Parts: sequence; structure tokens; C-alpha cells
Amino acid sequence: MRTDLAVVGAGPAGLAAALAAAAGGLRVTVLDAGDQPGGQYFRQPAAELGARRPQALHRQWRTWERLRGALADSGVRVLTEHHVWFVEERSGAFTVRALLGPGQDEPADVHADAVLLATGGYEHVLPFPGWTLPGVVTAGGAQAMLKGGLVVPGRTAVVAGTGPLLLPVATGLAAAGVRVAALVESADPKRVAGHARALAGKLPEGAALAARLLRHRVRPLTRHTVVRAHGDDRLTGVTVAALDPAGRVRRGTGRHLACDTLAVGHGMLPHTDLADGLGCRLDGPAVAVDAEQRTSVPGVWAAGEATGIGGAALALAEGHLAGRSIAARLRGDDPDPAGRARAVRARETLRTAAAALAAAFPPPAHWTGQVTDDTVVCRCEEVTAGAVREAVDGLGADDVRTVKLLTRAGMGWCQGRMCAPAVAGLTGCEPGPARRPFARPVPLGVLARTRAEEPGATQETERGPS
Amino acid sequence: MNPLRLVRARPAPAFTVTVDGRPTRALPGRTVAAALWAAGITSWRTTRGSGRPRGVFCGIGVCFDCLVTVNDRPNQRACLVPVRPGDAIRTQVGTGHED
Ligand SMILES: Cc1cc2nc3c(=O)[nH]c(=O)nc-3n(C[C@H](O)[C@H](O)[C@H](O)COP(=O)(O)OP(=O)(O)OC[C@H]3O[C@@H](n4cnc5c(N)ncnc54)[C@H](O)[C@@H]3O)c2cc1C
Ligand code: FES
Repeated sequence: MRTDLAVVGAGPAGLAAALAAAAGGLRVTVLDAGDQPGGQYFRQPAAELGARRPQALHRQWRTWERLRGALADSGVRVLTEHHVWFVEERSGAFTVRALLGPGQDEPADVHADAVLLATGGYEHVLPFPGWTLPGVVTAGGAQAMLKGGLVVPGRTAVVAGTGPLLLPVATGLAAAGVRVAALVESADPKRVAGHARALAGKLPEGAALAARLLRHRVRPLTRHTVVRAHGDDRLTGVTVAALDPAGRVRRGTGRHLACDTLAVGHGMLPHTDLADGLGCRLDGPAVAVDAEQRTSVPGVWAAGEATGIGGAALALAEGHLAGRSIAARLRGDDPDPAGRARAVRARETLRTAAAALAAAFPPPAHWTGQVTDDTVVCRCEEVTAGAVREAVDGLGADDVRTVKLLTRAGMGWCQGRMCAPAVAGLTGCEPGPARRPFARPVPLGVLARTRAEEPGATQETERGPS
Repeated sequence: MNPLRLVRARPAPAFTVTVDGRPTRALPGRTVAAALWAAGITSWRTTRGSGRPRGVFCGIGVCFDCLVTVNDRPNQRACLVPVRPGDAIRTQVGTGHED
């Protein structure tokens, strides 16, 4: 298929960009792995579940209705169940390579003059003893299963970790009938207050969520952390403890909370595999972009959480700016500054707020102190913290790559997406760029066909699960 | 209150699948993972190394913890695969290629 602009990701960023670009006269195709547009924030149950009030699980439903209506009225083509594994550039034209359906074995390609990466992010979870037990899920994962599948993981939950996502997850679970035994936040609320000015726009939302928590009688435990999840084959409870101002567990403060679910998260990380594969410059963990959301590779734009974690409203503003820029640039014009001013202002305010939130909700400074030697760090390859420490202390490894080679941490199915920050933390270094050749596991048959079609295509393979 | 009531769901009729041979009711529109959670099952795989149980972790297709065998195809991510009438869902042991 041919299109002017291919957008990867149908979340707030991708949809806002697609609409702005289409309004600028472009033919736009959006590809997304999900079965419906919406991304993480606007995730919906499938039609067969017959939800007559899906907004009961959402906060910005009117924004979604606007987006959905505009999408229906636009000429934007949305290809769902398209898992993009690679984007290839050749002489300024792009081939977006996708695999179809949940089976992900049938290829589908889209050819485009420009590409927008709006691939969002995934949750950052630091390890602790017991975090691999069934019943322990990521906070966003619990939310995704609730919004999409209308299911909850158990009867009694503890929501724990750090960051603004914990509040909507706790209120969502409570509204859906789960008893939320505690919301355990490791950060100090005083630090949030310290950023009050930058967060002015966010505080009413946080306050509204906090009020709902109180109504559901959820106990907030700030400056606390989960030190261990208990259970044999399944979660039965957690031990939580208080943190001192330096972020160390205070001795003697541990207490047990019975629960069958622990929803845990320590913030989010951007999805950058496709950008990396195209050679786009990264800025720390995120795709680097300029004021128009252009990446360092001509013809490739990026928007939303792929370019830095900042929430749905920021993703919308960035997507809008990217779409306008793409429409203008493909015509050979500069984007019209008048039409952009509002989105530019929104982006600045929201980026300032995102930076303040990131500063106010750091993971506990001494989290590695809680990770016992027998704690599994790499969930796929079952590499323990002890093995990582042995690679560092015994064998002299001083970077993530060497630890990976010595221990296999990060070499399994998820390609280090879950363990990279933990391995880096235990090694005592910053997480490096991930360098995954493909964004999704690719069947070898598809690769072979791709290469037969086009000599010179990538030679490396990522080991897939099949 | 449960999530279906919260959103006033009127789901299409449930159908039967088997989970390790046991007939289990499932709602259309759910993923295999959501159907298993709804049936009170939270683990459906044991790891290759130490044989430990696992189920959903990330819920969005990133972590590969939720691998399961569906209709004799091992290594399907339960959080992505939609459940279909008559599916034979089996607990996956190790790589799923051992039995
Ligand atoms: C599991 C989870 C749950 C969350 N729940 C909430 C919440 O309840 N409230 C809240 O305020 N924030 C939530 N967030 C944060 C949320 O991601 C952002 O605020 C917002 O959705 C970001 O918008 P985006 O457009 O940048 O990315 P997203 O909304 O994440 O959209 C990215 C889209 O890209 C698609 N995609 C990514 N890679 C590929 C690929 N290779 N091929 C094809 N498609 C691809 C994904 O399927 C997704 O639909 C959640 C995050 C996660 C990870
Ligand atoms: S739960 Fe992570 S991939 Fe399914």
C-alpha cells in the first residue's frame, strides 16, 4: 500500500498527528498493533463486550469522543492489528514493515514519503523479592486489562511504586470493585508541593483522584515501599516499610498487608526501537526531536511518549504539531506559525509539568539494597541479582553489555525491555541504548522473504518466541 | 460492583473453551488472558529454568510472561490473543515444545 504519511501508533499522539496531517491535505495511514485505535490512554473494551458506559473507566471521555468523531470524518485510514517490526528508509522513501493479527506471522507493508513514530511507552518496574509471583502485575497492565478486558486480577489489591499513574490505577480498581488495601508511594508528597507552580495544571486532576481514593477508603502510604511480595505459587501478601529521607528502608517499620494482587510501577519508558532502527538520534531514553517534532533523520517525525514521558495531553499537543509540520514540509513550506501557537504553548507548559513530575517521583534512591541475591532480575532468562553481582564483583564486568554476555540477562523473549534498568542499576551504571534490531519478534520465514525481495536488507535476527 | 456492571456491559453470549481440558465459559471480545482472569486463573505457564508459575505481568505484549499454548500453538501472548469459541488453552511448560 502507498500513502503520503505512515503513522505508527494510534494513541493520542498518533491520532492527533494523523488528523492534523490529513487536514493539511495528506493521505494518511495509521498502523497500530491493537484491535482498536486509542492507545493506552483511550483503551476500550471490544464491541462484543457491549459496554454502554465505557466512560466510567475514563477521565477525558469528551476528548476521546472528539478524536473519534474527527477520525470518522477524516480520510485517515487506520490499520489495526498491524505489528510494525521495522521501518526501512531508502533514498528518502519509507517502507513500514508490519505483521498481521495476533499470530504475527503474515507480513503487510506500507510505503510512505514520511513516517511519524508515535509508539508510546511501557512501564518501568524495578525488581524486589517476589515480583515474579502470579498476582504481581504492572500498574498500567492492571489498568489495560481493566479498560480493555473489563476484568480485575483479584479481590484485594495493593497499588505500589512511584509516579502519577498509581492514582488512576488505584481509583480504577476500587471503582471496579477491588478492595484497595493501600496505595504505597515511595516519593514524599512534600516534593510534589515543592513543584506546585510547574504542576499548577496537574494539581486539580491529582486532587480529584485523591478525593476519590478517600471516598473508596483507600489508605495512602507515602514514603513507603514494598520490600517483598509473599506467596508460594501465587501472591498472598506484601511487606511494606517506611523510607527515611535518604530513601533507605527504616528498620523495624515493616508490616504485612494481605492481598492477592500487587499492581506495581516505577514510571514509564519510551518505546524507541523503530526510531533506533532508522538511525534517529536518541536523547537519553527518548527519541530526540526538534521544535517541529522532527527526528534527526529527514522524513521521520516522532511525538508522544516515544519522545519523553509526559501523559496524554502532552501527546496530543505534540502529535498535532508533528502533523502540521509534516503537511507543510511535504508541500515544501514552513509550518504556519499562527496556527501552531496554542499547541506550542500547551506543549511547553505540559513539558515543564512532566519534568516536575519526574523530579517529584524518583524511584527510591536505594532500591538495590532491597534486591536480595536470589531475586530474579531478568524475568525471561531467570537471571538472579546474585548472578549479576557476581559478574560485576567477581568477573569485573562494568557495563550492561558485558553483564548480558556473562549472565544472559536481557537476552530472552522481551529483549531486556523489563530488566535493562534493573541490570544497569545493579551494575552501577546508566542504562545504555538498547540496540534491538527489530521492534517485534519476526518469524524467520518473513525475514527470508523480505531479504529475497530486497538484497541488502538487515541481516541480524532477533530470536522470537516461536 | 464488578467491571462489567461498572460500564453497564451487555456482552454477547458467552461460549465454551477448555483450559487444560476443563470446560470454561468465556466472553467474546476478551483476550485469552482476560478470559483466564475472569475464570479466576492467574497463572498458566511454568518457566524453562526453575519451573516457576507465571501469568500476566505487563498486560500489553511487552514482557512475554503470559505465554500460553492455544490450540497446540505454544508461546502465544495471552494478553494479545483474542479468545475464540472452542479454543483449547493449555498451561505451557517451559518452551512449550517439550511435550
Ligand atoms: C499499560 C499502560 C497503561 C496506561 N494507562 C494509563 C492511564 O490509565 N491513565 C493515564 O493517564 N496514563 C496511562 N498510561 C500512560 C499513557 O501511555 C500516556 O499518557 C498516553 O497514552 C501516551 O500517548 P501516546 O500516543 O504517546 O502513546 P500510547 O497511547 O501508548 O500509544 C502508542 C500506540 O502505539 C502502538 N505501538 C507501539 N509500538 C508499535 C509497533 N511496533 N507496531 C504497531 N503499533 C505499535 C501501541 O499499540 C499503542 O496503541 C498508561 C501507559 C501504559 C504503558
Ligand atoms: S503480560 Fe506481558 S506480554 Fe502478555
